[in-house]
Amino acid sequence: MAKKVTKKEDVFSWDYAPALEGTAHVKIKNKYDLFIDGKFVKPMSGRYFDTINPATEECVSQIAHGNDADVDKAVKAARKAYKNVWSKVSPSDRAKYIYRIARLMQERARELAVIETIDSGKVITESRDIDIPLACNHFFYYAGWADKLAYAFPNRKVEPLGVVGQIIPWNFPLLMAAWKIAPALAAGNTVVLKPAETTSLTALKLAEIIKDSGLPDGVVNIVTGHGDTGAAIVNHADVNKIAFTGSTQVGKLIQASIAGTDKKLTLELGGKSANIILDDAPIDQAVEGIVNGIFFNQGHVCCAGSRLFVQENVADLVLKKLKRRMDQLIIGDPLDKNTDIGAINSKEQLNTINKYIAIGKDEGADIYQASPKVPEKGYYCAPTLFTDVAQSNRIVQEEIFGPVLTVQTFRTVDEVIQKANNSPYGLAAGIWSDKGARVFNLSSKLKAGVVWANTYNKFDPTSPFGGYKESGFGREGGVHGLSAYVNLKS
Amino acid sequence: MKNLDVLKTYKIYIGGSFPRTESGRYYTPLNQKGEQLGNICQSSRKDVRNSVVAARKAFGGWSERTAFNRGQILYRIAEMLQGRKSQFIEELIFQGSSKTNAEKEVNRSIDRLVYYAGWCDKYMQILGSVNPVASSHFNFSIAEPTGVVGVVSDQTTSLIGLVSLIAPIIAGGNTCVVLASEGMPLCAVTFAEVLNASDVPGGVVNILTGSPSELIKPLTTHMDVNAMAYSGDSTEVKAELQQSSALNLKRISTYMKDWMKPNNQDLYLIADFQEIKTTWHPIENIGGSSSVY
Repeated sequence: MAKKVTKKEDVFSWDYAPALEGTAHVKIKNKYDLFIDGKFVKPMSGRYFDTINPATEECVSQIAHGNDADVDKAVKAARKAYKNVWSKVSPSDRAKYIYRIARLMQERARELAVIETIDSGKVITESRDIDIPLACNHFFYYAGWADKLAYAFPNRKVEPLGVVGQIIPWNFPLLMAAWKIAPALAAGNTVVLKPAETTSLTALKLAEIIKDSGLPDGVVNIVTGHGDTGAAIVNHADVNKIAFTGSTQVGKLIQASIAGTDKKLTLELGGKSANIILDDAPIDQAVEGIVNGIFFNQGHVCCAGSRLFVQENVADLVLKKLKRRMDQLIIGDPLDKNTDIGAINSKEQLNTINKYIAIGKDEGADIYQASPKVPEKGYYCAPTLFTDVAQSNRIVQEEIFGPVLTVQTFRTVDEVIQKANNSPYGLAAGIWSDKGARVFNLSSKLKAGVVWANTYNKFDPTSPFGGYKESGFGREGGVHGLSAYVNLKS
Repeated sequence: MKNLDVLKTYKIYIGGSFPRTESGRYYTPLNQKGEQLGNICQSSRKDVRNSVVAARKAFGGWSERTAFNRGQILYRIAEMLQGRKSQFIEELIFQGSSKTNAEKEVNRSIDRLVYYAGWCDKYMQILGSVNPVASSHFNFSIAEPTGVVGVVSDQTTSLIGLVSLIAPIIAGGNTCVVLASEGMPLCAVTFAEVLNASDVPGGVVNILTGSPSELIKPLTTHMDVNAMAYSGDSTEVKAELQQSSALNLKRISTYMKDWMKPNNQDLYLIADFQEIKTTWHPIENIGGSSSVY
């Protein structure tokens, strides 16, 4: 038994002095245009929308809202660049362009990290140490594939697809742009990319970098906007492939709307991933893994470990330690390096999360919320735990995309496999156990594209990512990520 | 005196059994000479649903067979097909094929099964990878079967189209529900008998005769089917597959291939019905590399 902490309030009331990341070196323009054919151009729609810092609710900049005509212009530029330029560039030169982008991103990494935090609400330590380095490394990794594609697909002739349309979400803005653009370029395609409407800034900064890199005009086009802008890309007749990361609901709409066309499709969608704690797990590490699994990036993670399964005989201990750990999480200014939990990405998303918390209470689940000091302005949500939930509860079945964890217990391994797989999703899973044979039994039986054993939420450019079942199809990352952007000829 | 022939009742194949369609319906396709091929089952959507249930039930066991064992069973199918070669040739000729082509088609089908039998314990090594992540983790990716696959078989051939899709799908550990050629269904029914005699567990392959135009919808809208394979070039069918598959995000693969060509068989047909699973585990780094040597 751990020694009882007697003067809890004394320990936990210690304040950290603020450790704010500087923002002086960061340049954000008042207004951003579309990046088409190598130039920043005003939208033909004539419309702009505000992008908000969710931590302060202040407007950061204005972003162009591309319409059908803007998308058409971008696709035409991409087609022209594909036909006249990019398909004629040698594979080794393609590699060198992509390497250049990786290096320029590394040089401006701190600026990108700060902008990412301002625009998305995620904590600076995460954007600085995870998002931005991974995004740079993704370009660096795929650059090297450009002149080695034949090795990836034995016995096949590898061809690019042409113009690819890519639509990305707001939870990892620059990282998702990198996941999409880097393999597409390496395989010889040209790109029209639409960032999420709440987080366009780092994609536009990437456009500046791409311009600086000397990449031929039109090879990458970035069209900002809302859902209608994305729909215009999906429905454009001259796009050869759609790559989408976002909700399962929209993914289904996309699959249906390209019916009858020859467009290729890869989808990286939602999840409700199981994080399973077996009774022989190293409990303290597992508790850290639970926290990282669900509270990392405010729970705005498609592969978040949002369904916790704890073996019955250790459930009390795990929950006690988990609650204590939740009490210690610091929630607040994302630019402060002490902050663990930043701001919810948008007011809309905060409303969704709060709706689900209300549903959970209505369904009769027991709620536990950490009660940290929360800034007065901005969109924040306290880390939340629901116990006494049933498999059929909506908070167990549906993706919440916020810092909300449901906890179920189990007795046998067979039981937890069935419960974990009882979901339309199949993106990721976590397993905590000290016994290799148990880990491999579970890892082979869980229907999930990524299995983290004794770890959680780890990503790497060489590691394929993507789901089973309604979490989508296709993989991003690694050699498998190339498949999404090539035609194979015998 | 000549012995009176016993005529064959053509049945469908669900969960390792040979029922007639639950609907009681039949149709009577004709060959080019206008002769009746037989009273063939006009399968219903209920037969589709029963087949999906059988395929799902068989999936766990089949996918967990060792790769070696799956290879042996696929090879056994080839052996059984070889043994009944003359029956298939007769059926192909009856359905309009020349003797030479019929013999070629059966030989090709046998070879195709042998080809995929050999892949069973090898594709994992080509499709999988160990990934050199930039952190202290062991990380590897493996291929796992997608699940239950709906197959709309080539309508222009009786045997080779059927075999060319069934083989890579089950070699990869999936189970399937197959819609046979409507106009040339005889070999599909007889192939079911070959499967049944080949140690293929019941439910791994389910074969229905009837009208694809009627049966595609219940198959592709079924929420427990994970993927669809379509051999053909109808834009309407492709559109319907994509539209309905959006219900539960089925993976769709379409093929416009001349299956008689010897090179229309490859690893990528297996890969079309595989999911890539990536597993991470930390590596405890105690002691420097210098202490190892």
